[in-house]
Amino acid sequence: MSEAQMKVSDEIAISIDNMNKWYGTFHVLRDINLDVQRGERIVICGPSGSGKSTLIRCINALEEHQQGSITVDGTLLSSDVKNIDKVRSEVGMCFQHFNLFPHLTILENCTLAPIWVRKIPKKEAEETAMHFLEKVKIPEQADKYPGQLSGGQQQRVAIARSLCMKPRIMLFDEPTSALDPEMIKEVLDTMIELAEDGMTMLCVTHEMGFARQVANRVIFMDAGQIVEQNEPEEFFNNPQSDRTKLFLSQILGH
Amino acid sequence: MSDIPNIGFVRHEPIPPSAPPIQQAGMVKWMRENLFSNWINSILTILSIYFVAKIILASTPWMWNGVWTTSSLRECREVLQGTSGACWSVLAERWNQMLFGFKYPVEAYWRPTLAFVFLLVCIAPILFQKLPRNMLIFSAIYPFLAFWLIWGGTVLTPVVVAVSLIAGYLAFVKIERLTGFAAGLLSGVVAVALVLYLGSFVTAALPEFIALEPVASRDMGGFMLNLILGTVCVSLSIPLGIVLALGRQSNMPIIKGICVVFIEFIRGVPLITLLFVANVVLSYFFPPGTNLDLILRVIIMITLFSAAYIAEVIRGGLAALPRGQYEAADSLGLDYPQAMRLIILPQALKISIPGIVNVAVGLFKDTTLVSVISMFDLVGMIRGPISSSTAWTGIYWELYLLAILLFFVVCYGISQYSQWLERQLRTDHH
Repeated sequence: MSEAQMKVSDEIAISIDNMNKWYGTFHVLRDINLDVQRGERIVICGPSGSGKSTLIRCINALEEHQQGSITVDGTLLSSDVKNIDKVRSEVGMCFQHFNLFPHLTILENCTLAPIWVRKIPKKEAEETAMHFLEKVKIPEQADKYPGQLSGGQQQRVAIARSLCMKPRIMLFDEPTSALDPEMIKEVLDTMIELAEDGMTMLCVTHEMGFARQVANRVIFMDAGQIVEQNEPEEFFNNPQSDRTKLFLSQILGH
Repeated sequence: MSDIPNIGFVRHEPIPPSAPPIQQAGMVKWMRENLFSNWINSILTILSIYFVAKIILASTPWMWNGVWTTSSLRECREVLQGTSGACWSVLAERWNQMLFGFKYPVEAYWRPTLAFVFLLVCIAPILFQKLPRNMLIFSAIYPFLAFWLIWGGTVLTPVVVAVSLIAGYLAFVKIERLTGFAAGLLSGVVAVALVLYLGSFVTAALPEFIALEPVASRDMGGFMLNLILGTVCVSLSIPLGIVLALGRQSNMPIIKGICVVFIEFIRGVPLITLLFVANVVLSYFFPPGTNLDLILRVIIMITLFSAAYIAEVIRGGLAALPRGQYEAADSLGLDYPQAMRLIILPQALKISIPGIVNVAVGLFKDTTLVSVISMFDLVGMIRGPISSSTAWTGIYWELYLLAILLFFVVCYGISQYSQWLERQLRTDHH
């Protein structure tokens, strides 16, 4: 992994400054400060309800934050729709439940956004799509519909669909949580390959093996705050906060 | 130890797949399972057969003995001499009035007939995606062609309207790109109005240019009127319903408010009331002297009415979509119109097909309500001119049977199409 770690540059890809978010009166994210370097791979973990999904959903404005600032690739996220659409087309996202478009074939799922958002000619978009479908190892499924694929295959299509937009940052929101154990590995392998290519990645996941192998930083969140962050080795072997220790003992205890 | 069986087991040979056991098939099995599975079912089956047979035995001679050639109900009775028999002569003599109304010029019957044939050609590529897409050009021309065929007059009238719409569209596209949606819409409307105004001089100057004999709206009638109202109102109310449904979901409070008030108001008022409003009250709202065509007023009212219902059906479809679909579309950078057009509406409309068809079929049958405001549609013709003529007073069955048949063919066709379409659009398992 050391070779890949060298790819992390000083350039800042995402900068979150004193960000706060409320759902009604409930304070879900509190004073979040986070700078992500280009090429960095961050794993965010924490108990459910700790705000980790909300955090990465704020980065592509699926959720609106109320205070502080988020800057993605130099674009400040505000209520300006043009800025939001610009950021969204630069940031890929994979969801827990894949969210493929069931009325379109796999290939159409992958070419839709490049054709309509990037205004790329259909033929070129299809070539790109086939390239990424080969990369996630399911080119033979291109003409099928999402409903005919297994969960693991659907999640790999979802990754390919995001990659077709040539994003500079990828967000993963619990990509393996809805999968059968046998299919988790194929999705993680795809993500590892992506990491080796130097993609900037933020993953909300409970796959600690993945975190150890790929991440250069692990962030632990609880009650809407960043409690602890460190390099994976330090984080797992020498956690500082009591809350982190308790969490790690619960998920690694068996 | 020795009496505990050994629970260790390893399969070395996989079990090959085999065919399911052959069921005993055939007619006898089907009947035993479906008609005579127990005593109660057997009794019900026999009773049903008895009643069906009784109805057929009673009605067949009546239909078969029917008289086709007399010229009044009294002559029918003389010919039948008290035996059971239908008086089909009324259909033979008045079929044209039932189809076209009693004032439409007889020598021009070919025009609505041709318009009907073209209607089938026009909706074919809309209903069946597999047909060549360039047939849609004809579908776009059809409304203007049909108007010219049915109403007559100079061909310039529909041409001017078509040109004005094209001009409005072009103005909208150009200006929208430069300044934005609202300005584009405004300039589009201005362009339409301008071309219509200028065009009105052209049509006034050349009233005989490739002209068909003009037929006034009040002369339309019969099943043709039901078909005109049905097709026009359904095709206008679906887009309007989509707009209303999206408006009701909007984040903008004013747009949302307008849509909610409109939908709830329309749904709270009976259609017949709206039709009376169209007939009588609406003219008070226009400056004196304006004479908005009665059919146009009725079309507006029925369209608004069914659009409100379709909007609610589509809202149900939108609500049934998982939030993840909206989020996935957003996260890929699609803007609102793209996300709606490409992701949300195709799925929401697919879910809404049964509901929309339900509304469309109901709407088509409701067009007979215009007989109440003294328009002579199919039912209006039967109740009015035909039943009250001296020759045919007192005849009901034969006339209403034809009405039933005509409506049933159309509505059953619509329903069958929608079921076929649902099967076509199902992509989750096949």
